[in-house]
Amino acid sequence: MRENTDQSSRRKALNWLLGGGVVAWLGAILYPVVRYLQPPEMPEAVVSSVKAGTVDEVPVDSGKIFKFGNQPGILIHTPDDQWRAFNAVCTHLGCIVQYRDDLDQIWCACHNGHYDLQGRNISGPPPRPLEEYDVNLQGNDIYVSKT
Amino acid sequence: MSPKHDATLKERTTRWMQERYPLDKVTGFAEKKQVPLYHGTIWYYFGGVTLFLFLIQVVTGILLLFYYRTGADQAYESVRFLMTEVQFGWLIRSIHSWSANLMVFAAFVHMFSVYFTRAYRKPREFTWVTGMLLLLLALAFGFSGYLLPWNQLAFFATKVGTDIVGVVPVAGDFMLNLLRGGPNVTGATLSRFFGFHIALFPGIFTIILAVHLLFVQVQGMSHPLGAEEQAPDKTMPFFPNFVLRDLLLWLIVLNVLALLAVFFPWELGQKADPFTSAPAGIRPEWYFMFMFQTLKFLPAHILALEGEVVGVAGFGIAGLLWILVPFLDRKSEKGRKSRKLTYIGLVIVIYIIVMTIIGYVLS
Repeated sequence: MRENTDQSSRRKALNWLLGGGVVAWLGAILYPVVRYLQPPEMPEAVVSSVKAGTVDEVPVDSGKIFKFGNQPGILIHTPDDQWRAFNAVCTHLGCIVQYRDDLDQIWCACHNGHYDLQGRNISGPPPRPLEEYDVNLQGNDIYVSKT
Repeated sequence: MSPKHDATLKERTTRWMQERYPLDKVTGFAEKKQVPLYHGTIWYYFGGVTLFLFLIQVVTGILLLFYYRTGADQAYESVRFLMTEVQFGWLIRSIHSWSANLMVFAAFVHMFSVYFTRAYRKPREFTWVTGMLLLLLALAFGFSGYLLPWNQLAFFATKVGTDIVGVVPVAGDFMLNLLRGGPNVTGATLSRFFGFHIALFPGIFTIILAVHLLFVQVQGMSHPLGAEEQAPDKTMPFFPNFVLRDLLLWLIVLNVLALLAVFFPWELGQKADPFTSAPAGIRPEWYFMFMFQTLKFLPAHILALEGEVVGVAGFGIAGLLWILVPFLDRKSEKGRKSRKLTYIGLVIVIYIIVMTIIGYVLS
């Protein structure tokens, strides 16, 4: 009888060791694979200000997409001759927005989202307003910086 | 002359093989196999059509690989080269694209016919589940392949499609990074999608397809509800009668495919530029249209949640229930058809058709 329980507890211990070994072995394989699949973070120069274009390039009642670091930005010359700039990534599902001169609005073609010229989401699916940037004119050059 | 020398080459080859492998078991199985004949027998062919189109995908896909180069600065150029310089390059690509679309369509027809005839009922639950996995993989094939030419339309479709993955709670960011190879859709995304499309998905697809076909062979074709499985009124031998009919239909499909590919060649469009606005009229492949259109109609917020979260969660739950339908449907097991499930199926079909049409008409 004693021998029996000895044997079964020994078997249990061996099963645990074996099972634990398999789990540890799987973990040792999967961990590096999962880490490998995560792309390394690219060190990027922090961009806080960028030249978005020139005054001649963007006539009244039009817009332009510019590069702000690795993000697209949109520069708008409003019908009442004001300058505005926003992050151009739609807050819905990440498409790049455009200026619609027929509506005087910012519009996303992907899911028909509308923003007003303050960047506020006014209709369609976008859940949040666009992030606004500061615009500074220096002669003919237009500089955009994070607020 | 001894009888040994009288044997033809064919007979000698057969004998040689038979001494080593149990060929007679395979031929015996094919000879005995019967396909039940009902007025709905036509639906039995759509799985075969899907299989045929998949085989075309494999062949044309390998051909495309000889010229395609991945990478944000090469992919578009290599496809343009393929389409303008390589002899019949346009045709191979056009067939690959058309065949992909027809394959998804055939798979949908196959799936709905199985659903409405309740062919998924006991004992074929896992044939349904493996079939659904194959359909999901086919959609993943379509989604990943769409990006490979690196054109404007595909770029934004991928941006939206992967952004949806990012909506998933907790694991969203992790999966987004995994799919895109970074926070944005870039050349890194293209490399990954290429890997998925030509290595990972084909590998998994082939294994599940083998299991799916094995199930079908082991259990035979399903019979309509209420019909006696053991002794159906009328049957047709699988070989050669059903196989020949299958082949004839494959030939017709091949002709339709060739006509579509030649007269409506697939366009390449504009090269993707991560720093331009999404063009008006942007849309995904037609089989994602009903979901895309639904997301357009959802308001920014539903209760406390963002609209797209509700939409994505809704489609996720509906898809899961759909996969589990053989286990949820208690009536068909007893030989009765659930009216409710028929109506649900009809509503889904109508919803998909109406939303798809709206998607195309409104854009």
